[in-house]
Amino acid sequence: MIISLNRHRNIIDFALSSLMRRKMKNFSLLAVYTLIVFVIASLLFFVHALKREAALVLADSPDMVVQRLMAGRQDLIPAAYAEKIRSIPGVSTVTPRLWGYYYDPIFGANYTLMVPAKPTIEPGSILVGAEVSRNQRVGVGDMVAFRTSAHTPLLLTVKGIYPAASNLVAADLIIMSAADFQAMFNFPETLATDLAVTVANPREQATIAAKVVEALPDARPILKSEILRTYDSIFDWRGGMMVVILSAAVLSFVIFAWDKATGLSAEERREIGILKSIGWETADVLFLKFWEGIAISLSAFLLGGILAYGHVFFFSATLFEHALKGWAVLYPRFRLVPAVDGFHLTVLFFLTVLPYTAATIVPAWLAATTDPDAAMRS
Amino acid sequence: MRKSDQFLFFTAFIGILFVLMLLSSRLGQEAANAGLRERARLARELMLTDLCLFTEARYTRHPSMADLHSAFQDHPFSLEHFPSGSFISPPARYER
Repeated sequence: MIISLNRHRNIIDFALSSLMRRKMKNFSLLAVYTLIVFVIASLLFFVHALKREAALVLADSPDMVVQRLMAGRQDLIPAAYAEKIRSIPGVSTVTPRLWGYYYDPIFGANYTLMVPAKPTIEPGSILVGAEVSRNQRVGVGDMVAFRTSAHTPLLLTVKGIYPAASNLVAADLIIMSAADFQAMFNFPETLATDLAVTVANPREQATIAAKVVEALPDARPILKSEILRTYDSIFDWRGGMMVVILSAAVLSFVIFAWDKATGLSAEERREIGILKSIGWETADVLFLKFWEGIAISLSAFLLGGILAYGHVFFFSATLFEHALKGWAVLYPRFRLVPAVDGFHLTVLFFLTVLPYTAATIVPAWLAATTDPDAAMRS
Repeated sequence: MRKSDQFLFFTAFIGILFVLMLLSSRLGQEAANAGLRERARLARELMLTDLCLFTEARYTRHPSMADLHSAFQDHPFSLEHFPSGSFISPPARYER
């Protein structure tokens, strides 16, 4: 056991000396390799944590949201529809939701305006998300001027600001009373944006959705399962930017493996010939190449994984910010709850460490099984 | 110290860091879940249906409430104008 350990320590000593002889090449290889693992791991961590967060946060979203479609687009829904839906057996509650968007022409940002189901805010006051407060440069007690649909100013007082920890759901929210919402958009009192429906038995949701469409042919029910599925398919690997990032990373690995698998340099071939001629066995040469491959690929995998974890969970995935922000002025800065999927890491390990190590060993095996004299002369 | 020992110590060190990273993601859950529960409470009270990820267009702000062909608003194979539209797949029932 100790002899075997010492043998491997000697081989590792030689492998590291061999790598250090081509210091620049191997350090740059390690840096690029780490960078690729870092990008892929960051993406995997970010997407997994976000999907998990979406599933947990939206678990209590309405069982069903009923919209009204008009000429293929969503239209305001009459509050009278609520009565018809309420009369369907199995429906517990139907709550009209009032919400919409407000474009701020001064700061160029889009906000989501919403009226809470329970009247928790009095007319003339608003609650705002942390990013709205930052964007508008307002604090509690300040007044904000909005422009109504009639182009008249509407002054509202900030009564509270949601903490930055709520950014993932409330960054761009402005919560106001129904009276202010209706005054702002000249919104008819008999209409709502959509209806939130609660169903007593979750297994009856699809049946009730069918009954809603039967009773109200212009209605479009959206089930909670569809809402959750939307976030399950977000950042799908087939999405445009994901394909670009993943294919760039896979191509880089192909180039690495190709560089290694196409054979050894004349210098490396001569080195193997000399080692064989001074008494090294083929197994020793293969161990040498194995340790050379491991020193690069395992270090890159571990370093890339650790850096990706820090990037996503401590620095809020700042490198992805520009891609995620797009044309938006208001970008929610949020910290995800750390969650790492062991399966993803295992796949990443098998995709990064094993092919590179194998591509290092195979050409060395071909060179080590030839005559040392021929290897030295080649 | 021999080079092999330096390498083995370094690998062991980053290996332990890596394992600690995996463990901390599990151990830190309880503290982090308090914030998560708060977000879930807010979503329940306000009857929210979407996360605030992309505010650039209405169909990327509320993808689950968007028109049927969003994020391909104009027609199913149109080029997407907003960058975040490329992160969002069409609804599952329209995938082929």
